[in-house]
Amino acid sequence: MAVESNVVDAAGPYDRAKALGAFKLGDITFYWITRLSAISVLLILGGIIISLIVGAFPAMKEFGASFLWTQRWAPSADPPVLGALGPIYGTLVTSFIAMLIAIPVGLGIAIFLTELCPQWLRRPIGMAIELLAGIPSIIYGMWGFFVLGPFLANTFQPFMIKIFDGVPVLGAVFAGPPSYLSLFNAALILAIMVLPFITSISVDVFKTVPPVLKEAAYGVGCTTWEVVRSVVIPYTRVGVIGGIMLALGRALGETMAVTFIIGNSFRISSSIFAPGTTISAAIASEFAESDGLHQSGLILLGLLLFVLTFFVLAAARLMLMRLEKKAGN
Amino acid sequence: MNPIYSRRRRKDFVIRGLCIAAAAFGVTWLALILVTLFYNGVAGLNVQIFTENTPPPGSTEGGLLNAIVGSLMMTVIGVGIGAPLGMFAGTYLAEYGRNDRLTSVIRFINDILLSAPSIIIGLFIYGAVVVPMRGFSAIAGCLALAVIVIPVVLRTTEDMLLLVPNALREAASALGLPRSLVIKRIAYRSARAGLITGVLLATARVAGETAPLLFTALSNQFFSLDMTKTMANLPVTINNFVQSPYAYWKQLAWSGALLITLTVLALNIGARILGAERTAK
Repeated sequence: MAVESNVVDAAGPYDRAKALGAFKLGDITFYWITRLSAISVLLILGGIIISLIVGAFPAMKEFGASFLWTQRWAPSADPPVLGALGPIYGTLVTSFIAMLIAIPVGLGIAIFLTELCPQWLRRPIGMAIELLAGIPSIIYGMWGFFVLGPFLANTFQPFMIKIFDGVPVLGAVFAGPPSYLSLFNAALILAIMVLPFITSISVDVFKTVPPVLKEAAYGVGCTTWEVVRSVVIPYTRVGVIGGIMLALGRALGETMAVTFIIGNSFRISSSIFAPGTTISAAIASEFAESDGLHQSGLILLGLLLFVLTFFVLAAARLMLMRLEKKAGN
Repeated sequence: MNPIYSRRRRKDFVIRGLCIAAAAFGVTWLALILVTLFYNGVAGLNVQIFTENTPPPGSTEGGLLNAIVGSLMMTVIGVGIGAPLGMFAGTYLAEYGRNDRLTSVIRFINDILLSAPSIIIGLFIYGAVVVPMRGFSAIAGCLALAVIVIPVVLRTTEDMLLLVPNALREAASALGLPRSLVIKRIAYRSARAGLITGVLLATARVAGETAPLLFTALSNQFFSLDMTKTMANLPVTINNFVQSPYAYWKQLAWSGALLITLTVLALNIGARILGAERTAK
């Protein structure tokens, strides 16, 4: 008996120390695994910036700042001339038109989902809108190329061209001929693609409005629209703008869908029914066959796009964070 | 009725109508796209698609076997690399560094990477992997997909772990469980549905990605399992085939597009159902 209890006594503290030691080791290992994984996010960002700058360096040295305002894109000329004005113009114009369409529609859907929609319809419609965000970009491209492009070129575009024919400024914006491949077609597809981002963030922030505020407004006799305009939107303005900026960030960098339907023309045309190109479309369609200075120029385009979207997305996040703080207080 | 009242009511009526029209507009696009995909894609769906490789130009025999296998491999490996990293990183943010300065910086950067253009990720991997390895390879494609997966999984993991009540962690700690086991046995377990949701969403996101594969994995006309060489994959194959002049290639592209879209939508719906269960509890 005595011997046995001795063994237990001897084994007890020994095992305990060993187990605690194993616990401690496991703790430290796990802590560092998670911490290093978290830091890897920063490394990825650093890696993106460094690899883009290194890749873009030859083009930066060759063209300098004039890259930004040169329209000519002639990689096979001797010496090659590369200018980013066309893609920059196309990126900004398509994103601008896309936002013009997506903001009112996206907000309209959000208002519908939070204020008007019967409860049983809310989930299916909300889900359908969110699924729009799930459809791969290339599918939008195929669909835009084979279905939407011909449709617009046969109906909407001739109609607009006819209406604005001879009107100053607008006449040039909506100038013909109609085209399957155009800035406008790309912008419309972009609008559909970013719609879910505006809607889902707006729905989320609309839900943060205290019901008592809305009820008070209804109580003094406001109509639904007046409640939305005077209570819901002022209360959530920062969040809604954040959602819009997030959608803009997506629109600026969207690639495959735009590549299919924008026509990949580096010439700047005043008409939105003319073909154009965007930064991402230019990279997607030319990168695989490029080398040397041409490739470096494309990477420089990528760097410009990254800087642009970085600032738009950072602004979006800062606004959404401000709203979260407000909701927290 | 007082003219002001009736004007206000008219205005309200019009705007309600516009909101309903907006919702109809959004749903219509989804329906139109799905109808087009089915209309063009179903005709070509047959056993051949899953048993034969992509045909040479002009041929009217063949399927998408190599592209499907390649896509599956790259998606699985990409998620396999990205999901654990994202999950560990999210764990750090939610469990260890809740009030850290590092955490807020990482969260901010991660949210930006979450929406960063995928073509930029492609350029990054091209510069960081393809150029040093002197050639396009499937492994580069996997890494590009992994970089896209990380922010998605990180975000959902953090959100889901923050939903786990602290009382659970405190109870476990009070029983003497070390911190790492509290996380692994208690926090992970009670957030499991949410964590799976994150991985499903990330898989859905990369399954149809095309842009980052265009100049990392490229594509391959033949069946290949060699990770260090180019590998066929559905999105790039669709991209190449649909713009070709050959009717059979176009048909294959539409069928592939239908397959990819259905897979992605199924993953999305699955993730959402799982996520809804989680919040309903």
